[in-house]
Amino acid sequence: MGRKEKEHADTARGKRLDTRPQFSKNLLTIAMVAAIYGLVSYLVYSGNASRQLSNMLISISVYVILAVSLNLVVGLLGELSLGHAGFMSVGLFSGCLFSIATADMMPLTLRLPLAMLVGGLVAAIFGLLIGLPALRLKGDYLAIVTLACGEIIKNVITNLDITGGALGLDTGTIYSNTKTLLPFAIILVFITTIAMMNLKNSKHGRAIMAIRDNRIAAESTGINITYFKLTVFIISAFFAGAAGVLYGHSFANVKAATFDYNMSIEILVIVVLGGMGSVRGSIIAAILLQVLPEALREFSDYRMLAYSVLLIVIMLLNASPKFAELKGRWSIGNLIRHLRKNKAQEVANHE
Amino acid sequence: MSKIPASPLVPYPSKAMIPERDLDAVPVLETHHLGIDFGGLTAVDDFSLTVGKTEIAGLIGPNGAGKTTVFNLLTNVYQPTRGSIMINGFSSAGKSTAQVNRLGIARTFQNIRLFSNMSVIDNVKVGMHNSTKESLLAALTHTFGYGKAEKIANERALELLDFLGLADLASATSGSLPYGAQRRLEIVRALATNPRILLLDEPAAGMNPSETMELMENIRNIRDTFGIAIMLIEHDMSLVMGICEGICVLNYGKIIAKGTPDDIRSNPTVIEAYLGKRGAKKEC
Repeated sequence: MGRKEKEHADTARGKRLDTRPQFSKNLLTIAMVAAIYGLVSYLVYSGNASRQLSNMLISISVYVILAVSLNLVVGLLGELSLGHAGFMSVGLFSGCLFSIATADMMPLTLRLPLAMLVGGLVAAIFGLLIGLPALRLKGDYLAIVTLACGEIIKNVITNLDITGGALGLDTGTIYSNTKTLLPFAIILVFITTIAMMNLKNSKHGRAIMAIRDNRIAAESTGINITYFKLTVFIISAFFAGAAGVLYGHSFANVKAATFDYNMSIEILVIVVLGGMGSVRGSIIAAILLQVLPEALREFSDYRMLAYSVLLIVIMLLNASPKFAELKGRWSIGNLIRHLRKNKAQEVANHE
Repeated sequence: MSKIPASPLVPYPSKAMIPERDLDAVPVLETHHLGIDFGGLTAVDDFSLTVGKTEIAGLIGPNGAGKTTVFNLLTNVYQPTRGSIMINGFSSAGKSTAQVNRLGIARTFQNIRLFSNMSVIDNVKVGMHNSTKESLLAALTHTFGYGKAEKIANERALELLDFLGLADLASATSGSLPYGAQRRLEIVRALATNPRILLLDEPAAGMNPSETMELMENIRNIRDTFGIAIMLIEHDMSLVMGICEGICVLNYGKIIAKGTPDDIRSNPTVIEAYLGKRGAKKEC
């Protein structure tokens, strides 16, 4: 070992291998989501929530799921997909059609989870069908193909009779208010985030990140690239579809035209803002970007301008190393470490 | 270790340069008249070579001779235009790079290709991908045998890292490691795939003499501990002559000499390839 290397090893030695079970590493994220939901459910069910807030809750949850699932493709696999709204819309319409057809047969508690499953599975099948040819492409080319696929899905659904055509699907019969939908939204958000965090710390997640970091090296260590790219596409489409079903139940009418590339890009903005590959970041960014336009309502005419300027400022801050350093110093993990150190010192002094 | 079933009988040794102790075993690598054309350019031609079960073989030649192309052919990164490759007695024709790896061939790269955003131990665990028994369901839920599979993977990864003195750096980000450690990590990652033959592309590039000595020791240790064959491309002649049992010299994509280090050292064709005709005369 060279001298330089020895020094390096010495500095790294302090940072011993983290063998804690993965659960505790993800605990912070789970606790954060639980706290947020605890607060809002208290507000909603005690009747203290403003109409505005309770109207937004379902859409925020949907965006959280969309962002976390897109983060799997963009952050973990490192491929740019601009068709996420398309998968969501496929899931939404198939799930809602199922829900409408069975509206008289089962209660909501059974119908909605089943509809989510149906919507998710149909979206996953579309993920497979689109992924098979599209995933031969890389980077910009894949982005354009997924963008086109999203638009095709939108146009096909707009022109189908069964989905209500350009007038949109009448979901009045299955519409539910926030108070009924909130528990389902909470559970779906938890399932999505936990599944994504689990995946990241597993054999499959490592293979996916290996493909992102170096495709050739991943291939020569025996990883089947096509299989993992497809798996990622399918899983992410599944969750987008399930989220779509939830979204559909919160409106009395849904139009396919809502789910165009603007929405896909909106989801991508959340992912980039929250940080590539970071589940917690995606959640925070999704909430922030949903609340911001509403909070800026008093600026009326300048609302979208203010939103854009804020977005640019946040992106600049996110990219600056100084801000990252500041963030690291004041992070919760660091604070806990600091407290522990102090406590250990106190004990030592005492002895 | 041995996922690969017993080999069918193949005629061997075809072009013997394997050490005597390996004569009875099936050669781990055998190529017949391997060649590849890029458009009108013949990068490698008529490349026939046999590597014994526990041999350390060297592949040398001047710059641009086609050495790395040979490695890319052996791992099916390029599909050969002509000829055949047998790995442990099995043909690798028509297989993908990942499938060839499962046949028992692992490699490192001339320009380091680590998964630089991942930790050191995760890099090794990616190498153990095919030997880790963990289903997608287990991965998503962290149940159904996830804990057990991860525990085994962690232990084995640390063991392998310890072998090349990297265990202390296990939780560091691999991209932040110093150059020498990155090179060693690449070897560990390749070893983690349970190979029968390890291909090292310029393992000593950028190393000082003492580091090179250490590398030689490590290569011998790997061969002795794991009982595998190693084939290396290298420009550092002290390393090649020091540890290789058989050496193959390439020039302009063709084999110009094969044999023991002593044969190669005194071979006039080899000297000519490296030093030119006039240089060769002076040497003699």
